[in-house]
Amino acid sequence: MVVHQLADREVDRIFRALADTTRRDIFERVIGHGLSVSSLANEYEMSFAAVQKHVSVLERASLVTKERQGREQIVHGNVPTLRRATALLEAFEGIWIGRTTRIAEILGEKGSEA
Amino acid sequence: MTVISTVTDPEALNLTVMAEFAASPQRVWQVWEDPRQLERWWGPPSYPATFTRHDFAVGGESRYYMTGPQGDTSRGYWRMALIDEPNRLEFANGLAGDDGEPRPDLEPMAASVTFEPIDGGTRMIAFTKFVDEAQMKILIDMGMSEGMTLAVSQIDALL
Repeated sequence: MVVHQLADREVDRIFRALADTTRRDIFERVIGHGLSVSSLANEYEMSFAAVQKHVSVLERASLVTKERQGREQIVHGNVPTLRRATALLEAFEGIWIGRTTRIAEILGEKGSEA
Repeated sequence: MTVISTVTDPEALNLTVMAEFAASPQRVWQVWEDPRQLERWWGPPSYPATFTRHDFAVGGESRYYMTGPQGDTSRGYWRMALIDEPNRLEFANGLAGDDGEPRPDLEPMAASVTFEPIDGGTRMIAFTKFVDEAQMKILIDMGMSEGMTLAVSQIDALL
């Protein structure tokens, strides 16, 4: 029971963390390789502090980890190595679902029957 | 209605996507052969593809670029290895440099697509074999990350 409740809370945190476009984008960027908070901040039209806040939300959801390297904080996607390939393949899976959906739209056009 | 199933093999780094269309194999073949139709679906709406060359013959090559929301472009190419109309095609799909020409330092993905006639339409099976995780990461960074966003937007709908 307790295990389930904890799991639900964790899933809830993950969903909330990924409900935001910027956080999704940050998560995608750090899946394959770590990036510093400052280099992430350069990618968005928002303050360093705002980006840092987004990173903290992702961190609380265990989607990323932070590692201190000198003055920099490096953000890593928290995807175990064994699961990383799966995550990458799932991204491509989504690309192909998008493609087949668009093909179906093209084929559904009036006057397009061969 | 498009029925889709996908199989991912993380150990072999390949992806198989099956989709069914209510159109003949010949008609589905056209969306690959005709560059004007191809560019309407190859890239996501946020990164539409433009094919500047599409030599749809064995040994023939294609050149394309994808344009992002900030006007940024990423370039790629195809090299056709097999064309068996309207049953099967095989090609290499690689990244191109700023000059639009294939980057020799990066091995291309191997892709094959089969078109099987089924009752009332066509089953299309697209197979992609990736080289390594680094290549996959580059491709996702190239603005092809629609996939994950799409999947997550489905999660959004549940909230």
